[in-house]
Amino acid sequence: MYDPTVARLTYRALLGRRRALILGALPLLLIVIAVAVRGLVGADDQTAADVLGGLALATMVPIIGVIAGTGAIGPEIDDGSVIYLLAKPLKRPTIIFTKLIVAIGVTMAFSAVPTFIAGLILNGNGQQVAVAYTVAALVASIAYAALFLLLGTVSRHAVVFGLVYALVWEALFGSLVAGARTLSVQQWALAVGHKVTDGDLVTSDVSLPTATVLLIVVTVLATWFAGQKLRTLTPTGDE
Amino acid sequence: MTTLNIDHVSRWFGNVVAVNDITMTIGPGVTGLLGPNGAGKSTLINMMGGFLAPSTGTVTLDGQAVWRNEQIYKHIGIVPEREAMYDFLTGREFVVANAELHGLGAKAAQRALATVEMEYAQDRKISTYSKGMRQRVKMASALVHDPSLLLLDEPFNGMDPRQRMQLMDLLRRMGAEGRTVLFSSHILEEVEQLAAHIEVVVAGRHAASGDFRRIRRLMTDRPHRYLVRSSDDRALAAALIADPSTSGIEVDLAEGALRIQAVDFGRFTALLPRVARDHGIRLLTVSPSDESLESVFSYLVAA
Repeated sequence: MYDPTVARLTYRALLGRRRALILGALPLLLIVIAVAVRGLVGADDQTAADVLGGLALATMVPIIGVIAGTGAIGPEIDDGSVIYLLAKPLKRPTIIFTKLIVAIGVTMAFSAVPTFIAGLILNGNGQQVAVAYTVAALVASIAYAALFLLLGTVSRHAVVFGLVYALVWEALFGSLVAGARTLSVQQWALAVGHKVTDGDLVTSDVSLPTATVLLIVVTVLATWFAGQKLRTLTPTGDE
Repeated sequence: MTTLNIDHVSRWFGNVVAVNDITMTIGPGVTGLLGPNGAGKSTLINMMGGFLAPSTGTVTLDGQAVWRNEQIYKHIGIVPEREAMYDFLTGREFVVANAELHGLGAKAAQRALATVEMEYAQDRKISTYSKGMRQRVKMASALVHDPSLLLLDEPFNGMDPRQRMQLMDLLRRMGAEGRTVLFSSHILEEVEQLAAHIEVVVAGRHAASGDFRRIRRLMTDRPHRYLVRSSDDRALAAALIADPSTSGIEVDLAEGALRIQAVDFGRFTALLPRVARDHGIRLLTVSPSDESLESVFSYLVAA
């Protein structure tokens, strides 16, 4: 199911200079903000939860997910170089699964790790806030990577759609409209995060069992569908 | 012995028919797939390579279906037309990756790089390669698993004459070794120099098939049309129509010119200046009006 060569090619494409800069900029910004907030407000659990919830989980994680998820396959399909993977005796779902693992790894590394660092800076993991949001970021990374990998497989405008989803649906509707929250990766991840903390600093509108089922269903379905799409993908020619 | 069978294959995109009921058999040796741009060559090659499902008909390689059969790539090497190829890798890294994807190692990659004579630049980034070098590394990636069928989509596009010759030598060698090599091109001379066997595709249809000499003859023997302006169009017309090399002349009053159809190309080109001189007529314009490749091809379709 996992091909190390496909993984190596995907890592190198994802962590190429320009994309690595974008991937690195957001976490850096989060840490700078965490340092500034700590300096201005001091160690405050509620503030820490607000920053990690509003900035890290609602904004940074989905954006990193978009860049890593769509970037793991979109550019190859766009420029046609995916043909070098497709013209091999290699199961298409293997290609997708490998790229998913890489996208998950990159999303986790660039979102969960900085979330944890920012949490430590903000309140030294008081009330387990840092750990809770880190766990939520790890969980969200898996679902986002799968969703955006699928988007990268089906659409040429994956990045735009992905950003619209991340910013409008997750960040805006997910915070304002109650119904939308049930269908939000962010809320599912928060449900898992909630389990980790002791208090009420990390809460979710979705119950843990529902969230777990939805996370698994979305991840599995998106990955399966991406594999099917790849089986019938025609690399574009110049003609 | 590897044979690619295309059996009554059609492919349409919405209302547009890109490939229309084509049947052909590609055997060992070098075959040229000739046709003007937009004739459906790439669509056909995509179907041969298993990247596109025929709307109707089947493509098989030695009896095995090509579509939705990943294992078939053990026998097929593909050189795509597009340039993009993991530019951030070195040539060697790229070919090694291709070898690994076939379950092979660095040794197979090195052998393929040697075959295309790219060892000298193998440690440079692909982004620094010239068009010809890219083409050769693409070839190496397609040859790495020693395939019995090689499919190349417009491999000579944008190559300089020296690179073109090198690639032709290489493909000839592949054909002589008994591989089935198919390449597409819209340039007759390219196909003629390389392929003993030609398949012509025009407007999605299979227009001609066979030995290049026969197809070349069909092409030169076709009626040629000329637009001629002279100091005395009617006198010239009268003198020309007397000769059997001319099959029809129209006096185009609006254009102020003669539209001449010649059936014997060689004889007519010698006749025209002689007749004009003998009758004291000045030739002002002599221009072939259907030399475009498309018209040559559409003649072939009708033939």
